[in-house]
Amino acid sequence: MRAGLLGFAFWVLPLFIPAFIPTSLAQDSKKEIQRYRQMIAEGSPAELFEVEGEALWKKPQGPDNVSLEKCDLGLGPGVLKGAYARLPRYFKDADRVMDLEARLLHCMTTLQGRTRESATARVFGSADRPSEMESLSAYIAAQSRGAKMAPGVSHPKEKEAYALGRALYFHRAGPWDFSCASCHGEEGKRIRMQDLPVLYKPEHARPVVASWPAYRVSNSQFITLQWRMNDCYRQMRMPEPNFGSETTVALITFLTVTGKGEPYRGPGNKR
Amino acid sequence: MRTSFFIFGVLAFPVLADPGANDIQKILQRDFHPRGQATMDRVVQDGLQRVCTDSGDKPPAEVAKALEADQMKSIAFPAGSLMGDWQRGEKIAQGGRGLTWNDRAGQPADGSCYNCHQLSDQELSYGTIGPSLRGFGKQRGDTPEMQRYVYGKIYNAKAYNACSQMPRLGASGTLTPEQIKDLVGLLLDPASPVNK
Repeated sequence: MRAGLLGFAFWVLPLFIPAFIPTSLAQDSKKEIQRYRQMIAEGSPAELFEVEGEALWKKPQGPDNVSLEKCDLGLGPGVLKGAYARLPRYFKDADRVMDLEARLLHCMTTLQGRTRESATARVFGSADRPSEMESLSAYIAAQSRGAKMAPGVSHPKEKEAYALGRALYFHRAGPWDFSCASCHGEEGKRIRMQDLPVLYKPEHARPVVASWPAYRVSNSQFITLQWRMNDCYRQMRMPEPNFGSETTVALITFLTVTGKGEPYRGPGNKR
Repeated sequence: MRTSFFIFGVLAFPVLADPGANDIQKILQRDFHPRGQATMDRVVQDGLQRVCTDSGDKPPAEVAKALEADQMKSIAFPAGSLMGDWQRGEKIAQGGRGLTWNDRAGQPADGSCYNCHQLSDQELSYGTIGPSLRGFGKQRGDTPEMQRYVYGKIYNAKAYNACSQMPRLGASGTLTPEQIKDLVGLLLDPASPVNK
């Protein structure tokens, strides 16, 4: 069978190269459609990422070959139920405010002994290959379904992160002079057909906070809030923010505190 | 200018507890890294960005006027007609590439116009951050003065409205004078779909 296939490839394929390329592309998209159908049939596409994330949470990794199961997301080592709904918050061991992804990165470096460089080598995935961080985010966020979003608001560093996030939101810079408010500053505005939430207003921030992270149907990707900050800065024509940095965490804190109070209903689907 | 300094002192007072624009800039310099053509000098605010940030995009009238006059100096108006080819202009208005860290440096950028403005009648996917420009030339004509206004506005929107949300597309080096002329054509040419 193998020899037969090889023989086919050797003798016959060169004759069909122009035809072969589109066929392979067609097969790729056919495979994609099959994958998509399977996901729809099995429920929300986000659930596939949750399953993958659970496996990664329990998988021993890094130089220390341990899993993330003892990672403390704020409610105690390994406690996942309701943990996402309480983020971002101040963590005494790191002496800073962390969102889910910054905290996961912290656990990867402290528990698993991975370097920051290796743990952040590929934080944002693609349609064919989601990232570890995205799958973990899906799994952990899902354990907060029904829990009221209640990020930290009382520690001085939490207040500081909120104030920094608010100031960043209105800070204009870059070759196009943009701030977050350039697009998300006035009600009823769109970019092309995309409606733009005014994220400093609680009524606009609440549904966002209650549904991220999410599966994005238009490009078959699971997207996180760190990705959202990153891609907004890209479109603002700015340099790239460091993953899990004080800047991105402060913006996510500002957003989450502004939109707190609604029960979490993600990870959901976005257009 | 002395008056404006005084007014800013007063304006800054209610937000004294929050980090100022200078603190933010230092944080951005620490928390960002260059990628592709998006180099770190981009996080350094110019005077206009600083004033707009500090005043919540509402500088006192005389400060705004001084900033606008200063921005006006950045515009080099080409000699002769400023009306380019509206068909090329439509392509520039449709495209959204340019200046991001995953755009290739040195490639021509687009205007991203439809992201924020309605222009041609047949393009239904348009943004609303900026005003609708449907029938722009039909209502205003295509006199040399109007061509000059449109050219200048696209080249540097801040020369007309200091804290406008519209990028300074010529002054920032995003679009070339030729491309801006083509956009003037798109807006003012009676044959352009904007004016049909």
